Amino acid sequence: MTLIGQQVTVELKNDLAITGILVSVDQFLNIKLDDIHVVEEQKYPHMMAVKNCFIRGSVVRYVKLPASAVDTALLQDAARREAQQPTVPAPR
Amino acid sequence: MTEETTPVVEPNAVEEPLDLVRLSLDERIYVKLRGDRELRGKLHAYDGHLNMILGDVEETITVVEINEETEEEVIRTIKNTAEMLFVRGDGVILVSPPSRTGV
Repeated sequence: MTLIGQQVTVELKNDLAITGILVSVDQFLNIKLDDIHVVEEQKYPHMMAVKNCFIRGSVVRYVKLPASAVDTALLQDAARREAQQPTVPAPR
Repeated sequence: MTEETTPVVEPNAVEEPLDLVRLSLDERIYVKLRGDRELRGKLHAYDGHLNMILGDVEETITVVEINEETEEEVIRTIKNTAEMLFVRGDGVILVSPPSRTGV
């Protein structure tokens, strides 16, 4: 179940919100979006000429996803399994 | 091999704080975030960073405005909703079941 190819809205910690097609995500949760447009363009005109962007994972606050593209049962299962065998070691 | 050497834990044992979060999967929860923000939604997934996926969420942002003339503080809230939201863990302060008077 991947969201690549779906339209998502990334809200950044500086309050900028960008809508675009999800191209890729990496281990740091850096995000690449295609065909972007800025939500509230009047307020944030910096990116009028930008079509595609790379967003550093650490500056993301939220990613709004289409509910229809998400299999919640699968997610919950994965989270339960992750709890038993964490891929991120617990901090010591 | 770089295999995990985590000791085998009883699947339903509650040993550490994150186990309490695990008990809230598929339940509605309250999340307090940095920046005077709060979320209420259904917890679908989480990880050790407290990255989370919430469904049917309502975000409440609390804004304090100061009236320059009267110097009084006006507290406003802004509410937003989202059907499915990924929340980055570094913004999370606390996670809790919602208050008794409803979500």
